[in-house]
Amino acid sequence: MSAPIKESAPPAPPAVRKAPARPGDERSEGVVLNVFSHGFLALWALLIVLPLLWLVLSSFKTDAQIGGSAFGWPENWDLGVFSRAWDKGIGDYFVNTVIVLIFSVPLTMLFGSMAAYVLARYRFWGNRFLYYFFVAGAMFPVFLALVPLFFMVKRLDMLNTYQGLILVYVAYSMPFTVFFMHAFFRTLPTAVFEAAILDGASHSRAFFQVMLPMAKPGLLSVGIFNTLGQWNQFILPTVLMQPQSGDDPERYVLTQGLIQLQQQQGYASDLPVLFAGVTIAMIPMLVVYLSFQRQVQAGLTSATLK
Amino acid sequence: MRKGQYRFVAGFLVVPVALYMVFVIWPYIQTFGYSLTDWKGQSQEFSFVGLDNYTTLFKDDVFMGAIWHNILFLIFIPAITILLALFFAFMLNAGGRGRAGGVAGVAGSGFYKIVYFFPQVLSLAILAVLFGAVYRSDSGGMLNGVLIKLGLVDEGTPVEWLNEPNMVLWALMAVVVWHGVGFYLVLFSAAMQSIPRDIYEAALIDGASRAHTFFRITLPLLWDSVQTAWVYLGIAAMDMFILVTTMTSGDYGGGPDHHSEVMATVMMRNFLLYGKSGYACAMGVIMLLLTLIVSVVTLRATRRERIEF
Repeated sequence: MSAPIKESAPPAPPAVRKAPARPGDERSEGVVLNVFSHGFLALWALLIVLPLLWLVLSSFKTDAQIGGSAFGWPENWDLGVFSRAWDKGIGDYFVNTVIVLIFSVPLTMLFGSMAAYVLARYRFWGNRFLYYFFVAGAMFPVFLALVPLFFMVKRLDMLNTYQGLILVYVAYSMPFTVFFMHAFFRTLPTAVFEAAILDGASHSRAFFQVMLPMAKPGLLSVGIFNTLGQWNQFILPTVLMQPQSGDDPERYVLTQGLIQLQQQQGYASDLPVLFAGVTIAMIPMLVVYLSFQRQVQAGLTSATLK
Repeated sequence: MRKGQYRFVAGFLVVPVALYMVFVIWPYIQTFGYSLTDWKGQSQEFSFVGLDNYTTLFKDDVFMGAIWHNILFLIFIPAITILLALFFAFMLNAGGRGRAGGVAGVAGSGFYKIVYFFPQVLSLAILAVLFGAVYRSDSGGMLNGVLIKLGLVDEGTPVEWLNEPNMVLWALMAVVVWHGVGFYLVLFSAAMQSIPRDIYEAALIDGASRAHTFFRITLPLLWDSVQTAWVYLGIAAMDMFILVTTMTSGDYGGGPDHHSEVMATVMMRNFLLYGKSGYACAMGVIMLLLTLIVSVVTLRATRRERIEF
């Protein structure tokens, strides 16, 4: 592969055309096209940004204002709506999600890289089979497993518990994690590993102290991918995190809680709180995305390149 | 040494494999078994009913309608998303000023990519609330508000985006496209940037127009990415559960009057509301089969000779 197309390409000779070219035609085509492409690009950018801004803005309005007209500015910029949303459940949902992810993401990365590492760098009977066994899981829709999964978790007495959801998240993140880390461990040089073994390190020590630190870029991409995926997961908590009896407390995660709030709107309308809740839920994603923009795009798009 | 190595390998594999077996593989396998029973889920008692669930399923008008809606999604979502993403990716990478010979990106392409990709990191639950507000069926909804302001819609009879049987599927598709274009744009854009520039320059010297360059060079060289995108969007079109269940009316969505029903919503309703576990499992199996057929057909139908460069 040669040099990629850069934005500042050197001028190329003007195109030869069949039609008799008037002087200045070349340039004006460029300008028209430039205006044209910028126009469309800007239009789509507005289509993305405006609804989001409009929603954030709406959380400062009152219910009557929201129902009255789509336009119009909020009368007072009262931040109290965010604390009201937080108290109305968003806070709990937020904390629940964080508790689950604090355990599930590191465990996913740990177990996923352990399996991927062994499969990538050790030869043993059944290696290929196990690799495909892991990767095949990504092929199947999660709906295929839902019913038995529910009863499996029920039998383990883990419905509506953090540990149940954590274990399920870890298990369902395995295919992609193993696939990606497997490819990554294959690219790492063997020399460092051999040196560590010669110096008397055990296999597991070589993994934790030599190979894992070397795999940091891969771990970061996959980690971000898993964080986003598990943060946004909706189907699994919907099935697994319902209160099991009257005195079983709600342990909804954020996505579930937002939908719950939305569906309560029919009874007691408090749309500003709902919109404030969405804003609160968007902020961590925005922060992660803007600070790791490259890794997020790379991590998410590489997931499709199986 | 050798023995120690085996112990190490086994030690590293035991937890991941066990978790994966218990929560992923075993439920997948069980689904096939349960789909042949009349299990209600409450007790462990059930009897073998053979293929009865499947024959009932094919007479179930709601489920059949749901399959049809999934097929509509399957046709339109990938086509629209990929066309838009390709268009924008080409604009970003080759839509720049003519002086650069048609191979330069527009200014600010990095900024556009950041904005376009952002919906991808939002959860579908957030999208559901956002578009619930955008599609609101009075002047408070963003779309209706704009249309009323423009005088295209009468204030007394705003558009019921999500309650109009002919409208609801399109409204849902628009959300998916809005969500997906940025992602595939980044995917195509990366692929476009790996196309060597000499090829474009050679084409320009030979007098190729921009449209020619796109159809004769860019598109063939991007074909692999387009194919992947098609498979992924196809699989997403077979799902659609979250948006339908949260944005449309009815238990687990699907309203108005089953006009937006998809396979996944019918399945979840049968499982969680009616408690028909065995029947729901049969639907899961059908979903798997259709998803696999979609992937295989897409891969075969879009197969081209691979071009190395």
